Amino acid sequence: MKEIVVISGKGGTGKTSLTASFAVLGGEDVIVADCDVDAADMHLLLEPDFEESEDFYSGELAYISQNECIACGKCFDVCRFDGIDVVNGSYTVNELNCEGCGFCARVCPTEAITNKPLKVGKWHNSNIKTGSIMVHARLGIGADNSGKLVAKVKNEAKEIAEDEFKDYVIVDGSPGVGCPVVSSLSGAKFVVLVTEPSVSGFHDLKRVYELVKKFNIKTGCIINKFDINKSITSEIQKFLTEENIVHISSLPYDEDFTKAMTEGLTIVEYTNTNLKKLVIDSWNTILKIIP
Amino acid sequence: MKIAIASGKGGTGKTTLSTNLAAYLSEHGDVVLCDLDVEEPNSGLFIKGDIVHKQNMYKMIPEWKEDDCTLCGNCQKVCNFHAIIQLGPTIMVFPELCHSCYACSELCPTSSLPMVRKKMGELVHYKKGNINFIESRLDIGEEQAVPLIAQTHKFVDDSFPDNVIRIFDSPPGTSCPVIEATKDANFIILVTEPTPFGLHDLKLAVETMRELNKKVGVVVNRYGIGNDDVLDYCEAEGIPLLAKIPNSRRIAEIYSSGNLIYKEFPEVKQQLEKIRFFIINELKEGAV
Repeated sequence: MKEIVVISGKGGTGKTSLTASFAVLGGEDVIVADCDVDAADMHLLLEPDFEESEDFYSGELAYISQNECIACGKCFDVCRFDGIDVVNGSYTVNELNCEGCGFCARVCPTEAITNKPLKVGKWHNSNIKTGSIMVHARLGIGADNSGKLVAKVKNEAKEIAEDEFKDYVIVDGSPGVGCPVVSSLSGAKFVVLVTEPSVSGFHDLKRVYELVKKFNIKTGCIINKFDINKSITSEIQKFLTEENIVHISSLPYDEDFTKAMTEGLTIVEYTNTNLKKLVIDSWNTILKIIP
Repeated sequence: MKIAIASGKGGTGKTTLSTNLAAYLSEHGDVVLCDLDVEEPNSGLFIKGDIVHKQNMYKMIPEWKEDDCTLCGNCQKVCNFHAIIQLGPTIMVFPELCHSCYACSELCPTSSLPMVRKKMGELVHYKKGNINFIESRLDIGEEQAVPLIAQTHKFVDDSFPDNVIRIFDSPPGTSCPVIEATKDANFIILVTEPTPFGLHDLKLAVETMRELNKKVGVVVNRYGIGNDDVLDYCEAEGIPLLAKIPNSRRIAEIYSSGNLIYKEFPEVKQQLEKIRFFIINELKEGAV
């Protein structure tokens, strides 16, 4: 079983549209993991049935029992996160600010403070229209996206792939360069970077690749909308050569991507144009070069 | 007045709106623009100014002092983040897991874990015309954006008077970094695109902002593509639609080179004027 992770650094480059297309092309052989748990969109294209759902807990939240609290203020003094509110002399936890470090509970002389496990989201196991399975999740509002839910989704997908003797897991990764994307990358066999030739796209590509490098994973790149700025496209190509990143393909700016999405379809289901052929070629190239 | 520009989905045009709006408002007076998308800060690619000030940003982590340590194991026990462990006769700290809560340090019976600073990123203050632009950038390998966002916020609060309009370009999504970037804002502008992805993530963003009791308005970017579901949703929910930025390949091209789009597209400038008007009215109503 081989794990392919698709990331982009910058949002809106076409990462999810392409990942969903690859899932459709791979059909039953590909288990899908939507690790963009903060803004998960893959379900809009792959028709999951939400067969199994489970709450996900991670970290803790302090709770002050008013019966035991003697308002000594020790919790307030030690908290570094403005996590304790004092209103008319009574102490309560500010749930948005509480970091769950538990320091307050440890210094409370009357044991009025307890730590409760925090529900940070829900994960689902679904049958999808490709005839395969997708693991996906929804992070709760304002929850700590520490990468644990991402890791859960990924590990679940890997287990299913192993149990069912599937060849590939394809992961729609998280944006940015912080914890969630670090979790998305760990253990991957191949990374696909989806970028666009804009100053922001190129900037974010370089930053996220700095992170990928630390993992020492073989990497390929798809330049989407390559024709909106040909001079940046050639700069990106130069960067790929220098960094020994495989240039998988260049795709043109095409509003069919958006039109397909509006119909709830991937580009390979929506059209029969050259664009479809380019996406199919991209997937075949990935399969050929994945170590 | 603090205006945060946010979105559920990435790549909808937060930075485009932040930079163009800041530049447009600066034609009328002072503006502070602050990029809080510290994982991938992009505003600086569009607002190039002179550097006024530059500083490293630090977080506090414990540092083990062997001398008096009795290896009692208390530090490991009190750390909820597994950032400190005892391995035989050694105490090891994992800085990237540390949340700087000070529990291990202050609860150590022999004071063997003093807190020291560790660099997590860099803040740069630029000035261009009437724009003061503040950008913070998280070092690669640092996993937590929240402390850097919090400190950057504080820098802006301490450096500029309250009556200057401040625009905060926020990170995407709905999790902690977004909360940290938006929780002090008077008004939130959510940028979306009129597509199923855009709508889905807009709903999450609206829910998040309602949870925070924030007033929100929506700007639709790439208007003309996709369908009308976003507009219908805003109307049904009573969310003011502040502006519609048209979909155009030419705009994507201008943006791709790092240029401000309103200078070349009068129709975009018109939309920015609508937002400016809205902001002035908000200020007048004393809602902020």
